[in-house]
Amino acid sequence: MADMKVAAYICQGCGLGERLDTAALASVAKKEGKAALIKEHEFLCNADGIKMIRDDIANEAVTHVMIGACSRRAKTEAFGFTDVCVSRANLREGVIWSQPETEEARETTQEMAEDYIRMGCAEVKKMTLPEGDPAAVTERTLLVVGGGVSGMTAALEASKAGYKVVLVEKSGALGGWAAKLHKRTPGKSPYKDPQNTPVAEMAAAIEADANIKVYLNASTSKTSGAPGRFEIEISTESGSTTIEKVGAIVQATGFELYDANKLPELGYGKSANVVDQAGLEALAKAANGSPIKRPSDGGEVKTVVFVQCAGQRDDSGKHLPYCSGSCCLTSVKQAMYFKEANPDIDTVVIYTDLRMPGNGEDFYRSGQEKGVIFTKGKVSGVEAAGNQCKVSFQDLILNDQVAIDNADLVVLATGQVPNSGVDIDTKLKAEIAAAAGDNSLMEAYTASQQEGAVQPISMLNLTYRQGPDVPQLKYGFTDSHFICFPYETRRTGIYSAGPVRRPMDMVQAMEDATGAAMKAIQAIENAGLGRAAHPRSGDLSFPKVRLEGCTQCKRCTVECPFGAIDEDEKRFPLFNQARCRRCGTCMGACPVRVISFENYSIDTVGSQLKAVDVPDEFSEKPRILILACENDAYPALDMAAMNRNVYSAFVRVIPVRCLGSVNTIWINDALSSGYDGVMMMGCKHGDDYQCHFVKGSELANIRMSKIGDTLKNMSLEEERVSTFEVAITDIERVPQLINDYAALIQKIGMSPMKGF
Amino acid sequence: MSENYRNNFLKEVEERVEEGHWVKMCMQCGVCAGSCPLGAHWAHPPQELFMMIRAGKREEVLTSDSMWMCTSCYNCVVRCPRKLPITHIMHGLANLAYRLGLSPKNQTTQKFASMFWNNLAQTGRVNELKLSLGMYFKDGFGQGIKNAMAMQSVGLGMVKAKRLNPMELFGGHGIKDKSGFHAMLKKAREIEDRRKNFA
Repeated sequence: MADMKVAAYICQGCGLGERLDTAALASVAKKEGKAALIKEHEFLCNADGIKMIRDDIANEAVTHVMIGACSRRAKTEAFGFTDVCVSRANLREGVIWSQPETEEARETTQEMAEDYIRMGCAEVKKMTLPEGDPAAVTERTLLVVGGGVSGMTAALEASKAGYKVVLVEKSGALGGWAAKLHKRTPGKSPYKDPQNTPVAEMAAAIEADANIKVYLNASTSKTSGAPGRFEIEISTESGSTTIEKVGAIVQATGFELYDANKLPELGYGKSANVVDQAGLEALAKAANGSPIKRPSDGGEVKTVVFVQCAGQRDDSGKHLPYCSGSCCLTSVKQAMYFKEANPDIDTVVIYTDLRMPGNGEDFYRSGQEKGVIFTKGKVSGVEAAGNQCKVSFQDLILNDQVAIDNADLVVLATGQVPNSGVDIDTKLKAEIAAAAGDNSLMEAYTASQQEGAVQPISMLNLTYRQGPDVPQLKYGFTDSHFICFPYETRRTGIYSAGPVRRPMDMVQAMEDATGAAMKAIQAIENAGLGRAAHPRSGDLSFPKVRLEGCTQCKRCTVECPFGAIDEDEKRFPLFNQARCRRCGTCMGACPVRVISFENYSIDTVGSQLKAVDVPDEFSEKPRILILACENDAYPALDMAAMNRNVYSAFVRVIPVRCLGSVNTIWINDALSSGYDGVMMMGCKHGDDYQCHFVKGSELANIRMSKIGDTLKNMSLEEERVSTFEVAITDIERVPQLINDYAALIQKIGMSPMKGF
Repeated sequence: MSENYRNNFLKEVEERVEEGHWVKMCMQCGVCAGSCPLGAHWAHPPQELFMMIRAGKREEVLTSDSMWMCTSCYNCVVRCPRKLPITHIMHGLANLAYRLGLSPKNQTTQKFASMFWNNLAQTGRVNELKLSLGMYFKDGFGQGIKNAMAMQSVGLGMVKAKRLNPMELFGGHGIKDKSGFHAMLKKAREIEDRRKNFA
């Protein structure tokens, strides 16, 4: 560090030269920023400008570069120097494009630009160059847990891409649910008739593939390590264990059907003629093309009734609350089994809403053409009478309570329950709900922990501090962002695919498995280069911790959304670099501030906010600090500026990796340095979160909810620190939020903490 | 009740109703019901009629006056996402009900339709004067006189403009080969009866 040499470059292009006094900016960089080398350039990002910087790095031994030009989100390639530390003062989007081009505004615009130069210089001086992990290794092998259609697809796709695969299946054969089907719903045009399942072909392809090693009757009894170097203990039923080393994991553990025994009102268990969809597949498989017989007496089947949403989409709280998205297709397919054998058999599908994903609409139409009767209704009960059943239902079109008296066979469409293992967050969620006044989750949790209660079996048996399985979002499905990053779980290098992630049919599961395999391959390669995986893909920085200052409070190990931090024997946090996503949630959590990244730390942000020139109480120029999430809020601010949506000149914006990385010391520092307000802009949190780090914005919100007391102790108004949910699309809303907040600060008055 | 939600009546409709094979393709979205300009006057909109057919409510469907309310505006046909020829099916159902003698007696549309047909089938041409007078007097002599008096000025105006010939009341003119025409209709009826399985 002794050789640190800071160079500041100020661009005059894109109108910066006309709107700002760049000579004054240069003098700020010299006097206050203490830059050793200062240059102005009329067009910094062109070849000449870049060459100038390059030459300075080569000839002048420049180690730290401060670029006063456009947003750090622009010109990333031109200014992407990897051999020096770089900070960017956002003069274009952050200043001239977000301020009015008027004579009156000139003074405040210039002040804003000068502050960003001060901030840029202060930040860069606190940065060091990320060195990555020189010890990074990777195993170019993928573990696939589950040998169903999803698992087999993932294995075959990874093998095709040139990676070795270890496939672990708990049963004695590959195929999973699909192997139990007589036929599958069509996966290709014209989507009219049931097709044969792909199980036999896929199993044969796997057997013939030298890249794929299959363990049958086996489970993953221990999973330790991190992406690139997972160590898997595979136990077989015979008692033998093997260790496999893999780089990434695809969890395709599938689903179980909802237990139809919980539906006695629908006649299950009371008559052999009431079956679930799996039961009907078994009958069809046994019949193998010849007419399906009545289970109770082997009699001829003349009428079949399909009951949709049996124990699903239930709002009473007794059964599954969600739709499984595949059972309507299955019922149409099963009705076709009967129609194919004999078109005179009456097949009635009783549904409340038919949901036919993908090309299912064509399949539905085909079912109608074949004479399957669809009736919109809600089944109230199924009673067995001799060898027949009476199905009572409310016809929702004709608004009529009716019954089909002599059904020979009743098929219940029960839903999918994910095999996601142990819910490691149940207790945490129950505690949060209890704190909010809802004790039902806590009661359920306590009941589930009682002796004798059946405990779920772990799928992966992770040795992670936070628990043995990947965290779940809702209803037991693994936590992955539905739209933005569907396969990412909250365990780096572990990807979930198929119905364990959300309910789905075979077409979707195969697509899912392919996607997850590709993501797993990315994780393997990134781990080898010591780089972060999604969403800071390629990032080489990594949290360093000063263990001598650590108080073993465990907040980092508990709060890390990705379970990256374990504990060593002495109960100190043990960071696993390859598991880390570089969000900085641990840095935000640490009460003694011993966690930092090379290029992003308590100091890089702290020194920026302290570098800002805060005018005195009587200047009528308040200062508002904005800590903006770099994933959504910061781009929204940039785009607002591109649209010339003007906002208050009194704000100073500092991008943060995630609101979760915001340490309360920054808030304290800002308030005690005389800022009049702090706006924190992060992503939406909750069940439909948009946080790229899943829990970051939620944690930030919890932390900030407790800051009210601190403010009171400082005799400050609670409004001086506010948290906002901002989406990347809020380009009209963000300037409005800022202006409203500035007006609010105006109203409550200047902070009394100035000038100390 | 034992026949409900079975294929029996649906099969009959497929066999005996013009475009009846489309009934099973209805997906119960209700766009037809919402599109019908006379919808408020139907006891059962088309969507409901289709469901009733599938539910096996033969008696209720065929004795209903709903399908007789259709004015052939084709709004439903244009809008049906499943492309069902709903208007044609409505007329087909009305026709089946009439042939089976189940259609509601004294339903105005039905009355007009049969008058129109009988009028046309006699001479091969529609005698407009007899047809309109027939409609005026369908509810009795007194009401007929009242209707005629109310329409008096329109009628006289049409006579003056030579759009109406009072002499048409006595016989009227027809087509050239009347017996050939009758033979043709008879043959067509035979074919239809055979196809639709009427005795």
